[in-house]
Amino acid sequence: MAKRVTGPEIEKLIQLLAKVPGLGPRSARRAALHLVKKKDQLLGPLADAMGEAHRKVRICSCCGNVDTSDPCTVCTDVRRDHAMIIVVEDVSDLWALERAGAMNAAYHVLGGTLSPLDGVGPDDLNIRGLVDRVAKGGVRELIIAVNATVEGQTTAHYITDQLSGLDVKITRLAHGVPVGGELDYLDEGTLTAALRARTAI
Amino acid sequence: MPHKVSLSRLKLTDFRNYAGLSLSLDGRHVVLTGQNGAGKTNLMEAVSFLSPGRGLRRAAYADVPRAGSDGGFSVFVTLDGMMGEVDIGTGTDGGDEGTARKLRLNGTAVKTVDELLDHLRVVWLTPSMDGLFTGPSADRRRFLDRLVLSLDPEHGRRAADFEKAMRGRNRLLSDHRPDPAWLTALEKQMAELGIAMAHARHELVSLLSGLVEAARDDGPFPSATLRLSGFLDDEWQRPAYEIEEIYLDMLQSGRYRDAAAGRTLDGPHRADLLIRHREKDMEAERCSTGEQKALLIGLILAHAGLVAGMTGHAPVLLLDEIAAHLDEGRRAALFDRVDALGGQSFMTGTDRSMFDALGDRAQFLTVSNGGILA
Repeated sequence: MAKRVTGPEIEKLIQLLAKVPGLGPRSARRAALHLVKKKDQLLGPLADAMGEAHRKVRICSCCGNVDTSDPCTVCTDVRRDHAMIIVVEDVSDLWALERAGAMNAAYHVLGGTLSPLDGVGPDDLNIRGLVDRVAKGGVRELIIAVNATVEGQTTAHYITDQLSGLDVKITRLAHGVPVGGELDYLDEGTLTAALRARTAI
Repeated sequence: MPHKVSLSRLKLTDFRNYAGLSLSLDGRHVVLTGQNGAGKTNLMEAVSFLSPGRGLRRAAYADVPRAGSDGGFSVFVTLDGMMGEVDIGTGTDGGDEGTARKLRLNGTAVKTVDELLDHLRVVWLTPSMDGLFTGPSADRRRFLDRLVLSLDPEHGRRAADFEKAMRGRNRLLSDHRPDPAWLTALEKQMAELGIAMAHARHELVSLLSGLVEAARDDGPFPSATLRLSGFLDDEWQRPAYEIEEIYLDMLQSGRYRDAAAGRTLDGPHRADLLIRHREKDMEAERCSTGEQKALLIGLILAHAGLVAGMTGHAPVLLLDEIAAHLDEGRRAALFDRVDALGGQSFMTGTDRSMFDALGDRAQFLTVSNGGILA
């Protein structure tokens, strides 16, 4: 058996860091060593920040976003157009769309997609919440911004079905030519989708 | 005449029984002869890895590295391809089971092996396909889908997505009380993908039939008539959106039955490719072994011609143990037709004299024990 180099406290720190996305065992060791070396400048403040976040983080009861307040910062932002809701699979998608900054809308985070093979059904997703939100009125448009995968499209169909009868315009993201893309390099499926969803100039 | 895609250099490392092989080719056809077990088919398999998928043996990548080597395998070629000269390297680096095959083009790693289709198309015929007409329909669907894929690279993704949606539906139907709206959502996906998939197959069958018809009086090979059957056989004249509606209805009204069966009973996954010997007007599976082989050769050649016609580049043709069941006249006719396709082909056999009719149209190599004799 290999001899141990560090005490169990540091070993545990490494093990936990290795579970963070983007870090493997090797980079976790590097990160842990760096933190331990900068005990006062980094490790302490990081531990405090994590503790604070752990105490305060919650899931927004309105949209499913992750934040330290409920309702979340997005839902309480009065400068946003709350009559327009962008439906996304995950908080990471919400952040990605916010980085683009193209829409001043509210969001709804589903928390995944329908996938019978993974045992994820409608009750495991925040779909009921979405229907209630729309049924309350005041929502003009719903933009379904799920991934162009089988699961994503199935979820989009399902949501559209659940909202039938409610007075709301439902749209989805366009599929097609990426910005800066050359037609010659696109696959036929993408080209067909782009042609179907063409817009007037 | 289509452009000739040809290999000029082939290097293998730890590939099957080859520890290391470096081969210069001069662009002519390549005839590989040698004893059983010398490694002729292994060399063909290496070339088949220049197309997406698991090659002509449908191998598990873990089985490919040479026994006794400690890592993966690699295949490297220099090619006069569809986009000019290119170096292609592919292989695995051992390690985890089930990892994808890596691909490098001109020394740069690329994301998916599908990019191979930009540089060459590979079409093959092996003795393991001899039972195609008599075997299970799944084999014929796979055969057909391979043909479609070489013309329509999107077909693979569509088929995989259809499969996924269908497995989801089957799982859902096995629940005690499945959510009907969820089922509908999955069935809409199935209808869209399944009809697109079936359409691509129908298109290939009609293109191929045209070519088989055109080659009818050309030599001693019997011609085949092809027909798809088993899925919405009479509806294909309608526009796609109407057929999608029909299929969606079938799925929705078939839920109870499918739940009882434990699987989806209607769909492109149930279709079969029916092949008939035209001159004899007889189902292919009832023809003699020799006739079945001749029918199959005719189909493969027609497909290679179709690829050449559609892309403007003749595919690389791999014909394993091709001369075995043919008499001298048919062999000579086969070589002429292969040559007329305008591509580079690789052929194997135990006896060099069987390929005499090729003359100086081919480069003859003797394979022995994981190496090439000078």
